Amino acid sequence: MKAMNIVNAVNDALDIKLTEDKSVVVYGEDAGFEGGVFRVTEGLQKKHGVARVFDSPLAESGIAGTAVGMAAAGLRPVIEMQFCGFIYPAFNQIISHVSRYHNRSRGRYKMPIVIRLPYGGGINALEHHSESMEAIFAHIPGLKVVVPSTPHDAKGLLISAIESDDPVLFLEPKRIYRAIKQEVSEEKFSVPIGKAKVLSQGTDVTVVAYGAMIREVQKAMVMAKEAGYSVELIDLRTIYPLDKETIAASVKKTGRLIFVGEEPRSFGVGSEIMALANEEAFLHLEAPPKRVAAFDVIVPYPRGEHHYMITPEKIFYEIERTIKF
Amino acid sequence: MFDQFDPAEDKMLQVIDNNGKVISKELMPGLSDDEMLKLYKDMLFVRTLDHMIVSYQRQGRVYTYPPNYGQEAIGVAAGEVLRHEDWLVPAFRELGAWLAKGVTMKEIFMFNMGFEDGMRFNEANHMLPFSVPIASQLLHASGIGYAIKYQKKDEVAMAFVGDGGTSEGDFHEALNFAGVWKVPVIFVVQNNQYAISVPVKMQTASVNMAIKSKAYGIKGIKVDGNDIFAMLAAFRYAHEYARKEQQAVLIEAVTYRKGAHTTSDDPTKYRTTDEEKEWDRKDPLRRMKLFLEKKKLWSDAEEQKLVNEYEKEIDRQFMETEQTVQYPLEDAIRYTYAEMPQDLRDQQIEHEKFLQWKNARK
Repeated sequence: MKAMNIVNAVNDALDIKLTEDKSVVVYGEDAGFEGGVFRVTEGLQKKHGVARVFDSPLAESGIAGTAVGMAAAGLRPVIEMQFCGFIYPAFNQIISHVSRYHNRSRGRYKMPIVIRLPYGGGINALEHHSESMEAIFAHIPGLKVVVPSTPHDAKGLLISAIESDDPVLFLEPKRIYRAIKQEVSEEKFSVPIGKAKVLSQGTDVTVVAYGAMIREVQKAMVMAKEAGYSVELIDLRTIYPLDKETIAASVKKTGRLIFVGEEPRSFGVGSEIMALANEEAFLHLEAPPKRVAAFDVIVPYPRGEHHYMITPEKIFYEIERTIKF
Repeated sequence: MFDQFDPAEDKMLQVIDNNGKVISKELMPGLSDDEMLKLYKDMLFVRTLDHMIVSYQRQGRVYTYPPNYGQEAIGVAAGEVLRHEDWLVPAFRELGAWLAKGVTMKEIFMFNMGFEDGMRFNEANHMLPFSVPIASQLLHASGIGYAIKYQKKDEVAMAFVGDGGTSEGDFHEALNFAGVWKVPVIFVVQNNQYAISVPVKMQTASVNMAIKSKAYGIKGIKVDGNDIFAMLAAFRYAHEYARKEQQAVLIEAVTYRKGAHTTSDDPTKYRTTDEEKEWDRKDPLRRMKLFLEKKKLWSDAEEQKLVNEYEKEIDRQFMETEQTVQYPLEDAIRYTYAEMPQDLRDQQIEHEKFLQWKNARK
């Protein structure tokens, strides 16, 4: 065991896969020599060589498009988009090809591509550096979307993602990249894609969240506990495929559901969770399921971001309203 | 060869003229009489197949189809140099190369009839399915080039695009990545003068397409795409260069789309009959036929007989395909993921329950 933050854990997972599988290559803007702007890939080029860990030209469509060719020719590329908000030039390659090649070739060409994507707000950054666009990708047939919230899950999920024969969008909550340290095994282990985790058992309300929002919910839960409420917290870990079973079972037990996300509220991951409660647990509900998510706006610049971000107080406020409904 | 035909001087590689007369003997690729005849027959086959598919479309037996008519020399010459281990990253108007790679007629019929199964290309080693978003496939070739180099394999990737595709960002990114990475990729621009209705002068202010190679530090050459000998000479040279030097090449093949963009298009709206007649003189089959006739290797009678044979075989296989293809529900779902999510499986099961209900109602 070793104390790791999320940056260390992602680096460790990449190191393990680069070591054991010669078909794994890692590249992106600044991802080679410097180790990425967040230093997530630091040291990997030195250890595994410039042919396997390298800087690409500054072109996101090019990064994603070349990964398609590499995957078709037998490699397992792990590519980095510097920020979630920089991924838009690569949309055509991701939506038109990465997600579809398996279907288009009727299974002949698999696309074992991992797209690493630092996402989310709360880091006092410029436009295009703070957004949470996971719902867009979760809506695309052929993609899998994963978001860890802890160093342990970051390592285990990334290993699963690299070993998956399907393309995986691997969202890294950059706000908590270095905020949490946890004892993580230095051995290889994996966390399965498509399995949510019940982080805390409770009886009054189910809260579903993921990524950087988990920590905010946990702060709200301290307030809830003082107020005498019992909260069940589910960390989604995978957005698609969604672990409907775990969520539905919890909602049936508590009768109440709150989704917490930093995404724009409409047509988001939260909307899907609301639909799930409706379809799978309708007769068990004792209060209307509620989304606590961001405004449908562009993430404001740093001085205005506090208006946008979901705070523990806001989460507690909705927990109390839902329980008292 | 690249220095001799510098795109900056707008030079174009040609071996025979419009009357089939050899104008640059030293560039004529080494070919036996039989090999020359095979090239011609391959072009004739592509032209026959192409015409037949257009007529099937008119009969409502296939959906929209993009004809190759007038551009046969490029695909056939490409097919001649591509080895089993080389990669073909297609656009959609190089049938000769597809067939040479091992794509079957039945597969071509199948996807034109509306079945993705036709794009599996089971027999064609190292061939990608074609991609609709213009020029996006070129980046796949650059990525394949990287994999070839990384795996230390003796392979080359060849990727096709049209003149309109050179305006897409992915065209430039693909050439740039291939240039920086120094990988064995041959990019082929079939400049057939039109992107649907838009003439090539509306696509670029460059003197030609081949010159774009210079911006990416790779070699480029402009070739008469209706001269099969010129195409073969250029492909052979580029193939050798890409392999030996581990470098990318851009080939511009100057040609003319004699047919419509697709069967939904009407070219009479945007081009003149004078222009079409001018290009009729440059037709790749006509020119090679004149060459072969001078050498007494070919005659009209032989041609008619062969076309009849081709038509019979094409029709036989077409009808066989028509009778055998099926599209079960699960085929619409099962290939979306390598590992199917439970939710998608549940969606299928839910729909099957509806179908059971529907059938019970009858």
